[in-house]
Amino acid sequence: MTAAFARVPELLAQHLLLAFAALLLGIAISLPLAVLSARHRGVARLALGLASLIQTIPSLALLALFYPLLLSLSALVGGGIPALGFLPSLLALTLYALLPILRNAVTGLVTLDPAVREAADGVGMTRWQTLRLVEAPLVAPMVMAGIRTAAVWTIGAATLSTTVGQPSLGDLIFAGLQTQNWALVLAGCIAAAALALAVDALLGLAEWGIAHRRRALVWLSLGLLAAAALTALAPALPGPRGVVTIGAKGFSEQYILARLIGARLEAAGYTVRYREGLGSGVAYGALASDAIDVYVDYSGTIWTNQMHRSDVPPRAAIVRGVADWAKRTNDVTLLGTLGFENAYAFVMRGDDARRRGIATIADLAREAPSLKLATDIEFLERSEWKAVQRAYGLRFAEAHPYQPTFMYRALTSGTADVIPAFSSDGRIAAQDLAVLQDPKGAIPGYDAVLLVAPRRADDRRFQAALRPLIGAIPVERMREANYLVDRDADKQSPDAAARWLAARLGR
Amino acid sequence: MPDPLRSVAFDGVGKSYPKGVRAVDGVSLEIAGGSFVALVGASGSGKSTLLKMVNRLIEPSAGRVTIDGIPVDAEPPHLLRRRIGYVFQNVGLFPHLTVGENVAIGLKLAGARDRSARVAELLRLVDLPEAMAARMPDALSGGQRQRVGVARALATSPKLLLMDEPFGALDPVTRDALGKAIRALHEAMDLTTILVTHDMAEALLLADRILVMEAGRLVGDASPRDLLAGKGGAAADALVAVPREQAERLAALAR
Ligand SMILES: Nc1ncnc2c1ncn2[C@@H]1O[C@H](COP(=O)(O)OP(=O)(O)OP(=O)(O)O)[C@@H](O)[C@H]1O
Ligand SMILES: [Mg+2]
Repeated sequence: MTAAFARVPELLAQHLLLAFAALLLGIAISLPLAVLSARHRGVARLALGLASLIQTIPSLALLALFYPLLLSLSALVGGGIPALGFLPSLLALTLYALLPILRNAVTGLVTLDPAVREAADGVGMTRWQTLRLVEAPLVAPMVMAGIRTAAVWTIGAATLSTTVGQPSLGDLIFAGLQTQNWALVLAGCIAAAALALAVDALLGLAEWGIAHRRRALVWLSLGLLAAAALTALAPALPGPRGVVTIGAKGFSEQYILARLIGARLEAAGYTVRYREGLGSGVAYGALASDAIDVYVDYSGTIWTNQMHRSDVPPRAAIVRGVADWAKRTNDVTLLGTLGFENAYAFVMRGDDARRRGIATIADLAREAPSLKLATDIEFLERSEWKAVQRAYGLRFAEAHPYQPTFMYRALTSGTADVIPAFSSDGRIAAQDLAVLQDPKGAIPGYDAVLLVAPRRADDRRFQAALRPLIGAIPVERMREANYLVDRDADKQSPDAAARWLAARLGR
Repeated sequence: MPDPLRSVAFDGVGKSYPKGVRAVDGVSLEIAGGSFVALVGASGSGKSTLLKMVNRLIEPSAGRVTIDGIPVDAEPPHLLRRRIGYVFQNVGLFPHLTVGENVAIGLKLAGARDRSARVAELLRLVDLPEAMAARMPDALSGGQRQRVGVARALATSPKLLLMDEPFGALDPVTRDALGKAIRALHEAMDLTTILVTHDMAEALLLADRILVMEAGRLVGDASPRDLLAGKGGAAADALVAVPREQAERLAALAR
């Protein structure tokens, strides 16, 4: 459990900065909007309506929506707007913070005793003086209550920013969920909850101070919050020169490889940071925009998803094609292949496959109408699935997406009969699963390739530190390492598996 | 330039609201500086509307209002209002400020520095203990609140005092005492006072001149003496009949 908390301080700081920035921006937007709304009914209806509408969008979707939005905006102004990381997280969370503050402030202003306003006019206050001397202090406790709600919401939703490449306490939760490391999930949840409670308590103190005219208390609590923000800011400040950010998508192999890369770079004298749990589509964009420095992707993934190719040439040709394309379009360097392939492969329970006499996808197509398919979350949307369907005419009785770990559970428990697994997955051998052949070659090759960001394109020391990994990981080795993390008993952390793998690099 | 005694003049003043309501309808009238005028009439007859057009809480839709011959809209409304005392039924004390801060708000707006001495003086003027300055408004009785409201209105030494049913929610004893106090302040500070009230007896006892309104129009204008003598017109007679009859019945009971 203590190991699980090791990364909490760093992530807590990032989490806090993100949530605070969103909260401050939310306050800066919603307060003037509230004043305007209190004076014009039309504005009030529009502002509150929009804010409520935003609230109905699930926070994960809101975050995801900003990625394409910022991407096209960036393309519109000729680049330069980061579509991943801090900016989209900040914008999504800010939108989330608007409603409670806006609603409370508007309610406070419109329900203010009209006699008080008449008195303010009567003694000769200007509009601005009325706002400053009368309305603001009277509505302040209600606004504070709104800010507290917004703070708790933003801190909670900030855990989701992990998915768009912004480090937060969500890194722990997502990584833990992937590797079934519940201590990690718990550490992330506890830290996020503690942060929310602490901020809420301090804001509550400020609220009480305002309502009871105790200025010292208000300044004390706000001062403590500011101090926390400054402390969180401190480690984020030193320039990014020597700091390397390593990306990882959200599954065990990626976590392990990220640690393997990280250890090598640390040994070479770099300070290393991780951005884990990146969405598959997000990771390449993050690399191309220098938001991360290096990560491992799979040739077929880039081939189909980024290059939109549907032809399936031999493995080596795909790797070469990807390397050329990436250099040309994004100045991304393909350093080399790691030595193993992690292709989508259709997998069944061994005994079941033997009993039904299924050895290839062509055999599977025959039986599929009476079988159930369980997939990971993105498979049914991927072009590989469409290619396989086209080639073999696959039709299943049912198809349900799961988290990868639960996808295996579904297969072994009999809830599903077929899953698209990864060929490097350790559970294939360990659980006696049958990998179905692809005689028509519908699924492209998925060689694990080491991709390096444009800004490291000429960094010799950096590339030299990574080159020993090229061709050094046979698929059996990777399967074993993956199984160390994925198995149910005697689970290892990705760190431990990476160390295990590092000791067995072979050429 | 004559001493600004705050004579107020209405010249064909009217106020109509969108749905055809004519709250005030063609009122022309001059109020001499230094006079104490009571504005009476049934509920909805337009008293408040007429009063608020003096300090521009309501803008007239016809005619114009002048103070000492100068149109009220010759300057920004907040500057005009700082020179006019205004007390209304709900008082509208600022609940987040102490009594002292409430009384001193006008001084603060005017940028005055040392306000505590003036606050003490004003509280004394309205018969409240100085120590009350530190209290919050919600720790006061209704009558005390009204007195604070009067003190606040007089803080900047205005020469014109507008009052809209300032005693509305008070018991008769407090009401009587406050009425007398206001009249005394009117004399002492040489004010021009316009008092809106429902209560004809109060108007008769406090004012020098009584204006009667009905459906937005001015239907009576007389001194208390003339009004009692039946020279104020039919509408005024009807209003005077009530306290007169009450007085007679009380006298009969005592006999
Ligand atoms: N904002 C408004 N919109 C429409 N009509 C209004 C508005 N304000 C006042 N009125 C109408 O104008 C008329 C005069 O109102 P006013 O408040 O001047 O009456 P009042 O003599 O002060 O009555 P009261 O003795 O009950 O206070 C009333 O009929 C009222 O309904
Ligand atoms: Mg009225």
